[in-house]
Amino acid sequence: MISLAYLALIAALIPLASILVETVFRGSSTMNFSFFLEEIPPLGEPGGGIGPAIQGTLIVVALASVMGVPIGVFSGIYLAEFRQARIASVARFLNDVLTNVPSIVLGIFGWTLIVVAIGWSVIAGAVALAIIMIPIITRTTEEAIKLVPMTMREAAIALGVPRWKTTLTVVLSSAKKGIATGILLSVARISGETAPLLLTILGSRFWFSGFTQPTAALPLAIFNFSQSPYRLIDWPRAWGASLILIFIILVINIIVRYATREKYGWTNI
Amino acid sequence: MKSSKKHPNFLSKLRSISKKKLSGDSVFKIVIMLVACNVFVVLGLMFYEIIQNSLLSIQMYGAEFLLGTKWQPFPPNPNILPSFGALPLILGTLVTSAIALVLGVPVSLGISLALSEFAPKSFNYIISFFVELLATIPSVIYGLWGIFVLIPFLQNNVYPYLQGALGFLPIFQGTIRGPSILTGGIVLAIMIIPTVSAISRDVFAAVPNSQREAIVALGATRWEKARIVMSYGRSGVIGAIMLGLGRAMGETMAITMVIGNSFNLFGSVFEPGSTLASIIANEFTEASSPPVYVSALMEVGLILFALAIVVNALARLIIWRSTRKIKEAGMV
Amino acid sequence: MSLKIEIENLSAWFGSKQVLRDITMKIKENVVTAIIGPSGCGKTTLIRCLNRMHELTPGSKATGRVLLDGEDIYGEGVDPVMVRRRIGMVFQKPNPFPMMSIYDNAAAGLKLNGVTDKRRLNEVVEKSLRAAHLWDEVKAELGKSGASLSGGQQQRLCIARALAIEPEVILMDEPTSALDPTAATKIEQLIRVLVADYTVIIVTHNMQQAARVSDFTAFLYLGELVEYGSTKDIFENPKSELTEKYITGEFG
Repeated sequence: MISLAYLALIAALIPLASILVETVFRGSSTMNFSFFLEEIPPLGEPGGGIGPAIQGTLIVVALASVMGVPIGVFSGIYLAEFRQARIASVARFLNDVLTNVPSIVLGIFGWTLIVVAIGWSVIAGAVALAIIMIPIITRTTEEAIKLVPMTMREAAIALGVPRWKTTLTVVLSSAKKGIATGILLSVARISGETAPLLLTILGSRFWFSGFTQPTAALPLAIFNFSQSPYRLIDWPRAWGASLILIFIILVINIIVRYATREKYGWTNI
Repeated sequence: MKSSKKHPNFLSKLRSISKKKLSGDSVFKIVIMLVACNVFVVLGLMFYEIIQNSLLSIQMYGAEFLLGTKWQPFPPNPNILPSFGALPLILGTLVTSAIALVLGVPVSLGISLALSEFAPKSFNYIISFFVELLATIPSVIYGLWGIFVLIPFLQNNVYPYLQGALGFLPIFQGTIRGPSILTGGIVLAIMIIPTVSAISRDVFAAVPNSQREAIVALGATRWEKARIVMSYGRSGVIGAIMLGLGRAMGETMAITMVIGNSFNLFGSVFEPGSTLASIIANEFTEASSPPVYVSALMEVGLILFALAIVVNALARLIIWRSTRKIKEAGMV
Repeated sequence: MSLKIEIENLSAWFGSKQVLRDITMKIKENVVTAIIGPSGCGKTTLIRCLNRMHELTPGSKATGRVLLDGEDIYGEGVDPVMVRRRIGMVFQKPNPFPMMSIYDNAAAGLKLNGVTDKRRLNEVVEKSLRAAHLWDEVKAELGKSGASLSGGQQQRLCIARALAIEPEVILMDEPTSALDPTAATKIEQLIRVLVADYTVIIVTHNMQQAARVSDFTAFLYLGELVEYGSTKDIFENPKSELTEKYITGEFG
């Protein structure tokens, strides 16, 4: 029976290995400078690259972070510092609910909120992604701040530092590693999200042209190329884009894992 | 030297010199409380917007929407109303999720038992790292791999034998298609493994060692010990499974790419199908008119939203109660 | 000798549990006052009431008056933050800020309260580290983390940190119980030097330490002030039988 358990482990790791190996093999043929720097050609046309997709991902993720990180961090501070308050318990529960909303529904929300008003746009995509980020960052920030020992706060308070300043300086500074890893993980997460972007930034072949305009993004490019009938030209592009995307996400995750290696057996839900 | 010190640098009065009624502390508390309330606003607005936008479709189709099997936004005869029947979608979602659970849960439990009961601790860290890596792979890449690697493999090496073995069952009959319900279920199974195994592992870890020691003292094998742990954490595991279910139901891109995207009711798992999520992904950007088309898709989103919330809320409740029960029992 | 702190009818609760009952005592300026008693007698709660740290615990309550130079720190409109700048505290387990350097730890009270003038900070850091008898040991490595020092040094750093904001009173909650004897002795010697410029109130469960270090001693039992007088009187001629039993080690 025990060997069945180990078999299960192997069963799970085979797809992982296959995905990584196939992405590397099938995507490496596209790895050259022009892939990174040139505009996306129409489906079936050789040449060009996926520069705008990389740029688009960077911009949308950055904008989402600008919105999501402060809100997430301060929400986390509130939940940690005022744990007993009834609002805090309800907010915590609702945050959990929000993390489980399917990302396509968040895309719909981004559409009804922003696209209906100003059209397919970077802003709409960033809002949808920010909504994914905020509950994650809130939770990881709350956990990080809870770990700061009371003695550290008391030391500052005994020096005549007001409570709120203690929180913003001493406590936050002590918790910064945990908070930073939460932020990094949520950035990695939203970089790979496709469904919300499908309904908000729409996708494009061209470089970024404004926050109220549609734009390209790596996950969208992967999707579009995969649906193309031109197998010899477009399918390798899909793999190449996947290679880049996986690389970014893996690097972030490995950095975070390395930085938190003392937390033996830390699980990530 | 004894001296009575006065304060050169700070106020010697104990009262704050400023007259403001609100202290820094209360302002801070109010500000961050308001920020934390973003979740109320977001969820509330989301509910409102989606329901609002679905109203048109709800009013026009009523219960037909849930029971109808035809999805025809553009009927050939312009005099007929478009029909939107979501039953194939609901079934598609449920069946692919069920397959995902049937395949994925045993594997997940095997992994979490292996990691919590059988394997040496040093193994633990590296293996759980890899299992969690599965969770970080974006859905669209699962889809890509599904289309170009998994489907050919399954179509050539697995499905024919599967049909050979189980073909007496109607759900395994008919033409074998690569992009199909079954493929969707398989991909979902892989995707829920990290979730279910991680939570199960937490649940098993909450089982106090005193329980393990007790059964070992009675002469149990490692496997029997594992069974005790599993039965102890039974409700927690149910919660983990439900969370996996919630994840599977909400999954969009990978499923869209491997499920074949047919709107008809499927009779066999080898047939293509659609899910609530995949139809939105496929049609939303093109659905500009008639207005009821968008509304119908919104209603699909509403059904998905409701399903996901209910399943996940139930799951969290079960998990929370189970880990609490385990801890309390352990303290006796 | 003037009175620095006058405690009048101080009572304190954690939730519904009363831990201090009607304490009244007058603490003189520039002396060391020790508070002794068995565990649970309320001595830590008592000094935490003196710098309004007791109220940080959710569900806590305190009634009565505590006069600092004649002004009630629990009076209406009084800002506890201001109180804490005049009454400093050193804790049982040394708690320097681990993410700050020795310099930044000593300067923390000023920096966190908005002081940025480099020259003034340098002065204050040196002055307080000297006053805490730590300067010579650390002056060459002020940039090192506060947590890299030994236990005794960390506690002296915490004392320096408290001194840097120029309080008038220093509260010490069992400051040496987490330290080895040599380090403890250094702290005791430091206290006898500090008393010239500050009023020191020290909680200790070590009676010999109280006898060595303090000028006045208060004996607390189950939240009540049993006896309070000069250390000599308390230890050599206790008026209460309870005090005598505690001093001779019959309980606690």
